[in-house]
Amino acid sequence: MRGAKSAVWVAGAITVAMTATACGGGGSSSDDNAAVDPNGTYTYYNTEPQNTLIPSNTNETGGGYIVKNLFRGLVDFDEKGKLRNMAAESVESPDNKVFTVKLKQGWTFHNGEPMTAASFVDAWNWGANAKNAQLNSSWFADIKGYDAVHPEKGDPSADKLEGLKIVNDNEFTIELSHPVSTFKERLFYDAFFPLPKSFYKDPKGFGEHPVGNGPYMQDGDWQHKVEFKTKKFDAYKGEDKPKNGGVIFKFYNKDDAAYNDLVSDKLDVMFQVPTSVMNQYKNDLGDRAVDQMYGGNTNIAFPLYQEEWAKPEKAKVRQGLSLAIDRETIAKTALKGSKDAADGWTPKVVEGYQPNSCGEFCKFDPAKAKELIKAGGGVPGNKITITYNVDGGHKEWVDAVCNDIRQNTGVECVGDPKPTFQQVRADITEKKMTSAFRMAWVQDFPNISNFIAEQYRTGAGANDMAFSDKGLDDLMKQADEAKTVEDSNKIYHQVEAKLAEQMPSIPLFFDHTKAGYSKKVKNVKFDTFRQAIWTEVEVKK
Amino acid sequence: MGRFVARRLLQMIPVFIGTTLLIFLMVYSLPGDPVKALFGSKAADPATVERLRHEFGLDKPLLEQYWNYLTGLFQGDFGKSFTGRPVADLMADAFPVTIRLALLAFGIELVLGISLGMLTGLKRGKLVDQLVLVLTLIVVSIPVFVIGFLTQFALGMKWKLITPTVQDSMDVGQLMVPAAVLAALSLAYVTRLTRTTVVENLRADFMRTAVAKGLPRRRVIGVHLMRNSLIPVVTFLGTDLGMLMGGAIVTEGIFNVQGVGNTLYRAIQTSEGPTVVGIVTVLVLVYLVSSLVVDLLYAVLDPRIRYA
Repeated sequence: MRGAKSAVWVAGAITVAMTATACGGGGSSSDDNAAVDPNGTYTYYNTEPQNTLIPSNTNETGGGYIVKNLFRGLVDFDEKGKLRNMAAESVESPDNKVFTVKLKQGWTFHNGEPMTAASFVDAWNWGANAKNAQLNSSWFADIKGYDAVHPEKGDPSADKLEGLKIVNDNEFTIELSHPVSTFKERLFYDAFFPLPKSFYKDPKGFGEHPVGNGPYMQDGDWQHKVEFKTKKFDAYKGEDKPKNGGVIFKFYNKDDAAYNDLVSDKLDVMFQVPTSVMNQYKNDLGDRAVDQMYGGNTNIAFPLYQEEWAKPEKAKVRQGLSLAIDRETIAKTALKGSKDAADGWTPKVVEGYQPNSCGEFCKFDPAKAKELIKAGGGVPGNKITITYNVDGGHKEWVDAVCNDIRQNTGVECVGDPKPTFQQVRADITEKKMTSAFRMAWVQDFPNISNFIAEQYRTGAGANDMAFSDKGLDDLMKQADEAKTVEDSNKIYHQVEAKLAEQMPSIPLFFDHTKAGYSKKVKNVKFDTFRQAIWTEVEVKK
Repeated sequence: MGRFVARRLLQMIPVFIGTTLLIFLMVYSLPGDPVKALFGSKAADPATVERLRHEFGLDKPLLEQYWNYLTGLFQGDFGKSFTGRPVADLMADAFPVTIRLALLAFGIELVLGISLGMLTGLKRGKLVDQLVLVLTLIVVSIPVFVIGFLTQFALGMKWKLITPTVQDSMDVGQLMVPAAVLAALSLAYVTRLTRTTVVENLRADFMRTAVAKGLPRRRVIGVHLMRNSLIPVVTFLGTDLGMLMGGAIVTEGIFNVQGVGNTLYRAIQTSEGPTVVGIVTVLVLVYLVSSLVVDLLYAVLDPRIRYA
């Protein structure tokens, strides 16, 4: 999950109402033949970054979008969510434990410094070091020697990760403390971006004036709260050379204000239109409106750390509640088609998605719902609440879900609104939840493991339910040790199918990107991360 | 006079300490943990949390934090935000924008409000008076954000006279519309207040005397009537300047003006103590100074009011 801001966004996608157009790419503009200015710049909706622009410290969308344009990692995902090599010539591993990375030749940073193996290894060592308190340091946790560099308490006993070894300028090896089959996938993340030598002299100053190796470089100073300008980096060696002159990230506090600018062509690309205009944005923008699925979902989770919900027979109750919810209808009515009914824990556009993994339990069957709830000894107190944050626009679907539960099972159900996302998160991480709550996830990378291991492994970072199952943990370990991603995916399919037996959370919806762009640009496409393919955007003359 | 000013300045110290302490306590009692919130939906890493807490001084007892903040403040250090930027820099970006916006709004309500008030007061019961009364009533009864959105929609989206949001927050020309929106409510109050006092003073003894002495009409209205009528208006305008600075939150949000309101809104959302306290402290100072100026203006307007 990309941080607080993005979760509010996910949230934002919800309330909604829209015209009854079928989902699918937001196609091409009518005057697609307009002449293109290869040096033209365009503006991109953004929020002021919360943290300094150091890759290992950027974990929210505002800063993330800028960093992703200034830097290129070893690998990244293409528009369809397929992994490809970027700065790496190859990343090979015989056992998913030791990886050999060979770099492409001739890449440089924006200041002319050549990109070498040390650019990566030093940056990772710095990012993992507890002394530097980087928000993304846990991404290095799989690398051998992480505990010494980042102990849970006290000062680190080493300042270099044991598992990183430089072979020569263009090659280095990564040794993990245990096999991870999706480690190569993970390498796309911001935390793994390389840094030039100048960074270590003045990390603070670098945060204001980042120097990357990506297709765009900073243009002028970062005008805080106003905009961050980038321009095409002419010496960029990657395959995704920009078809435009640069991206200007324009900062807004209110998405309504941004949307008004979008409609008046004062803003060129907005990756998520505000909830308040869901039922009109397709009319406003015509074929410049985009509506497609992305790698995010919405579930209802249960506090399995509470004595009542921890009882094994309550799995039946959770299955029963799931059966009582008519997802299709809610998606069409309360959500006005802004989401799709979920049939499992992994969204459709994510690699490793298997249809119907939740099986019969995600179908609508009121009769069976009652039966199962009864068999499981009923809901504690015959009443559940669903906690959600008001600032994200979740009320409509929560109320609809509760209606279904009330009408179809006789269990009392009400929404439990909390003022802010931050407050709900604090209650969840401090394990203060007593009844059901909203749980949303946006992919870190488009693979089933990111949706399952990150949320359902014992003690995992986003396991909000405190769900724990030895059998599933073992399976996930096996998956990590699998030789190929395909093999790993197959094992995750089993894990997902078994989740249905215990139902720690109820899958509800798969989320949509609802974006739009102005008349000044064309060829605007969005990937499964809900990001525009920045380099592909063409600016009309 | 000098002693009065000195006494007032001294009084500001306890007010200043009291308000900053209150705001400090309020910000820190907001629900949620700001440091853990930096991690979003991911579980926070304890080692990193501990280090960040130490870096921001959040691991100390609240009163010690306040003391450190206060002593820093007297050395001109406003602390730093979670982004690592000094709060002083944040404010240096935001205040010039909001001061422009507030002064523009202030100018609009001062000039328009007083002239409309004088006009309607002198032409009591006439068509102009009725018309302005109805208009001000409408403005007073509509919330500012509605006026803001309507203006934005009409001028920006429908007729395309302006851009829907402000593109350059330092450009006075672009700030005119948001300033007018910001001024609308107070403008209505100033108009009505001026009208009422003008109507009252028209029947006052000194007016009758002035007219009886055969003074020219310009002097009667300009010096005798206006000077006496302005005392309550000046009181209102004085406190209003502080209101405008703080009240810009809504207007700045609608028009995406990058001023104090927007900065404050964001800082409250992320529970950024130093930023919130810093901005509000400056706003409190603006209030204190403007009310002092109001008091001093009384003496200028009405020589009977003397300060010892």
